[in-house]
Amino acid sequence: MKSALKSLPSKWLAVYAVAYMVFLYAPVILLPMFAFNDATVISFPLTGFTAKWFGVLWQTEALHGAVRNSLVVGLSSAVLSTVLGACAARAAARYRFPLKRGIMSFILLPLVLPEIIVAVALLVLLMQLGMPLSLVTVVLGHVLICTPFAIAILSSAFQGLDQSLEEASFDLGETRWGTFRRVILPLVMPGVVSSLLITFTISLDEFIIAFFLTGTEVTLPVYIWSQLRFPGKLPSVMALGTILLVLSVLLLILAEWFRRRSARKQGIEASATGGFA
Amino acid sequence: MLTGERRQGLALISPTLLYSLLMLAAPLIMVLTFSFWTQNYLELDTTLTLDNYREAWSKPIYSTLIFRSLKISLIVTLVTVVLAFPIAYYLSFHVKQRKALWLFLITVPFWTSYLLRVFLWKVILGYNGVLNTALKGLGIIEEPLTFLLYNANAVVLTLAHAWAPFAILPIFVALEKIDRSLLEAAEDLGDGPVRRFFRITLPLAMPGVVASTLIVLIPTIGDFITPKLVGGTDGLMIANMIQIQFGKANNAPLGAALALSSMLIVASISAVIFLLGKRFGGKVQ
Repeated sequence: MKSALKSLPSKWLAVYAVAYMVFLYAPVILLPMFAFNDATVISFPLTGFTAKWFGVLWQTEALHGAVRNSLVVGLSSAVLSTVLGACAARAAARYRFPLKRGIMSFILLPLVLPEIIVAVALLVLLMQLGMPLSLVTVVLGHVLICTPFAIAILSSAFQGLDQSLEEASFDLGETRWGTFRRVILPLVMPGVVSSLLITFTISLDEFIIAFFLTGTEVTLPVYIWSQLRFPGKLPSVMALGTILLVLSVLLLILAEWFRRRSARKQGIEASATGGFA
Repeated sequence: MLTGERRQGLALISPTLLYSLLMLAAPLIMVLTFSFWTQNYLELDTTLTLDNYREAWSKPIYSTLIFRSLKISLIVTLVTVVLAFPIAYYLSFHVKQRKALWLFLITVPFWTSYLLRVFLWKVILGYNGVLNTALKGLGIIEEPLTFLLYNANAVVLTLAHAWAPFAILPIFVALEKIDRSLLEAAEDLGDGPVRRFFRITLPLAMPGVVASTLIVLIPTIGDFITPKLVGGTDGLMIANMIQIQFGKANNAPLGAALALSSMLIVASISAVIFLLGKRFGGKVQ
């Protein structure tokens, strides 16, 4: 009787969950389909298999520049935001200090601000300072929105640290720096790598801030935006999107693997939510 | 005054704090100042005036856009959260193994290029799109449906898709925190599944529901890509106008006033939702 009551909604929920996943994946599945489709028009029915759109990408000079720019921006943003995130996460996990809650909420604010507000605000400031728009200004914006994600990931790594390890290291005569380098850093390293990967992925895909703050050198999403207007370019954009998708998923799997390793190292169960709890 | 620990904590967080002050607080203050200035083509007039706000609040085009944005964002939020809740519930209460895998699968679509995801909805909903072709192929319709794309509905659908993982995660986290023995206690005391859900599960999940509501509502107001790609003229939102003011129209002060006005409205709505959630959630947390 009891199990009958329980299994009925359970079955419907499972059906719903599958339908929901179809909804989530509907656009994503189309990406590779059109990338390998032998037609210049993005519509059904599919006409045949081809890999030529990937070849087109190979010959597009402007795209290569955009890829280079995005890599530079992504790497710089990832490193900077992970360093800033580590400072904040460590301070929050280890120390008590005045205005802690206020300071942390302020640093995490970009998570809930619409990106257009962040972009417009930075643009106005840069205009007033007379600073020319370039890849540097894009990095400045990306670090701002990536840092909260870095903090979320690194917080769980730093919170899991056993403080007695640190004390033991001091007792054995290590300096503060020595303790950091030889005890703390190895323990949180997987978290750091995971943060680098996630922030890099966010920066790589970010459009709104890049759109407002980019100068003559464009990043990959800004380049894609400019190509969406030309119907002839669409199949190769689909091919590009497919490559990006595969790349992002690989980076994510890698990041997840490092995060779990970090949790295992500290002997705690990896939470399923990845530090966003 | 400051003990060693407090000083060390502040010292450690200071680089991050300094960055946020320089790159977030300073720009926001600058935008606020800007919104009280005026611009005539290239000349920036720095006399303080409320003209921009007067224009933003009185001209019909701006109020139409703001109201439409609010309406669309609220519908998007409602749709997204209502669709997300059963998934979060299913993951938390019915999936026993491989929860992490489910969560990973939910977040994967979110990591594909945002621009391309929006664009692909255009491909799905278009006149010769996937949906119309499929329905015609199945013989359900004779002529392609035209109400799918270039209107507010398309914007709602696309945004509900884009923000799905952000709605699922906070609700899932709140559901996971619920002490399962409370549910058993309710059952032992004679509550049926429905009563139990509304008296225990939902109130306890309320912090998560409120969090996802706000996480979806606030950023969707600021999106201008989705309205531009799938919204047509009836689906344009206030962020499109802000973008135009900073770009083609070259009137940054008015853009700043519009941005701040819409933020103010969203912030007050968020505050109301937050308080309502607190009330309904009772003394949880």
